[in-house]
Amino acid sequence: MIQERAEHLSPAAADPQDAVVAKGLSLVFQTADTPVTALSDVNLTISRGEFVSFIGPSGCGKTTLMRVIADLERPTSGSMLVNGVSAEDARLARAYGYVFQAAALYPWRNVLKNVMLPLEIIGVPAPARRERALKQLALVGLDGFERKYPWQLSGGMQQRVSIARALALEPALLLMDEPFGALDEITRDHLNEQLLRLWERTGKTVVFVTHSISEAVFLANRIVVMSPRPGRIVEIIDNPIPGPRKLDVRDSPEFAAVAHRVREALRAGHSYD
Amino acid sequence: MTEAAVPLPVLRPPGPLARRLAALWQHAWPVLLVVAIGLLAWYAGAVALNAPQVSERLDGIGDPWGLPELAQGAWAMERPVLPAPHQVALNWWASVFETEITSPRSLVHHAGVTLTATLLGFALGMALGVTLAIGVVHNAVLDRALLPWIIASQTIPILAIAPMVVVVLGSLGYPPLVSKAVISMYLCFFPVAIGMVKGLRSPDPLQRDLMRTYSASGAQTLWKLRLPAALPFLFASAKVAIATSLVGAIVGELPTGAQAGLGARLLSGSYFGQTIQIWSALFMAALLGVALVAAVGLVERLTMRFMGGRA
Repeated sequence: MIQERAEHLSPAAADPQDAVVAKGLSLVFQTADTPVTALSDVNLTISRGEFVSFIGPSGCGKTTLMRVIADLERPTSGSMLVNGVSAEDARLARAYGYVFQAAALYPWRNVLKNVMLPLEIIGVPAPARRERALKQLALVGLDGFERKYPWQLSGGMQQRVSIARALALEPALLLMDEPFGALDEITRDHLNEQLLRLWERTGKTVVFVTHSISEAVFLANRIVVMSPRPGRIVEIIDNPIPGPRKLDVRDSPEFAAVAHRVREALRAGHSYD
Repeated sequence: MTEAAVPLPVLRPPGPLARRLAALWQHAWPVLLVVAIGLLAWYAGAVALNAPQVSERLDGIGDPWGLPELAQGAWAMERPVLPAPHQVALNWWASVFETEITSPRSLVHHAGVTLTATLLGFALGMALGVTLAIGVVHNAVLDRALLPWIIASQTIPILAIAPMVVVVLGSLGYPPLVSKAVISMYLCFFPVAIGMVKGLRSPDPLQRDLMRTYSASGAQTLWKLRLPAALPFLFASAKVAIATSLVGAIVGELPTGAQAGLGARLLSGSYFGQTIQIWSALFMAALLGVALVAAVGLVERLTMRFMGGRA
């Protein structure tokens, strides 16, 4: 079942208030032997300021959908609007910050220079560059680490640097692709809470890919449940848990109820088969 | 415990100098062992190879002779088939430290001439190799069209090419330095090009995607991602390249009839049967090669430290 709010059904009504609008989106990868349908008829609207998470098992196309939003992949059919323009125009306008599964820091740059990289590329003059980078580092709690090189940091700190780097251009849209997947649970809990505080403070739109049910329920307002073969949206679940959420909300009955709904949706999509 | 403490013998840890010497010895003794074995084999080889000439002379004198006389004669010949190590060392010392640098007998002078061509050829080879690699990485047509020729170029023996380069560039009025540098370049651009192609392609997909999310231009991706990522590969190639560049410069001196340079020194030594001179020039070339590779290694270490490498 695809839930879609009625006012966004017509392509002409591209509401600039929407951060992401996908309509009839399909993507087929041509592999050596057989074509693989990574995305099949995906319809999704994400409003500005929402925190949406994509959840599903491996191969359900959640990362691919994110990469289509970022114009790192081109859909085979259908349309993708980001901030009311095509995904490509949005990328050219540097409309989003992208956080990858790995920190993907450049090892020959120290922390400050890694965060300044996008600012160098868009041609921000050096003093402003430094100031803006330091501001983002403070936001992720890494002040004092400017001169460290990536290999001197823990995995969690490296990922925070990459978040600061994604924030450096001050995009209204933050795309995060399993950013904490490789971290231990304690570090992940801590960063989840920090991320929520950051989102509450900045009001950015966040799209967050994960394969952890509790992470999705803890973070998101809406949870997009996806399913593989072919990659598609099974259900979009509204998460009524009010903010600001603290870690212990995960012990509450309402948290368990939402998590249960997500699990049911995954089962309905044959994700457990 | 009521007993008075028995004074224990104090085991003082070795001082820093003693420790450093011990560490040095740990590193040095295998090297020294190999050198010693090599020298012994060399002295023995000198006796064996020079024996026919020496025994002929000793027979001519008529006195009875044995192995000591044979060895003594074999290690002191003026034009031996294989000179003894100390003869080479003495000749090297004399032509490096006891000869005016301006003199045509000075090995420093010859080494300097070869070094100039080596460095010029190395610079040209690095420039050519890096340029070709950038072209190959950025252009699929160049990748397909250029790489086979680059590889084919190295299957032609340099000895076959060198005289033609000398003749052609000489007739165009270029000084011998340029011909030698071009021959060096021909040899040393290859490892640079191959290493740089690999290096420029070494950034992982996420690092490249990142540049795409910034809509970075090709030039920005090259400067801020591909080139820094390729530097370790470049230095590995540069160490090979500078050694082959030296070989190229020496080979380039052979067909030019050059008056100066280690290659000229080798050639004149072989004309006049001056085997000791040949060997000392060879050692000079080897020392020069080691020094050049070490210099590249030093630049590499400094660069890597500047780029945040683990100290």
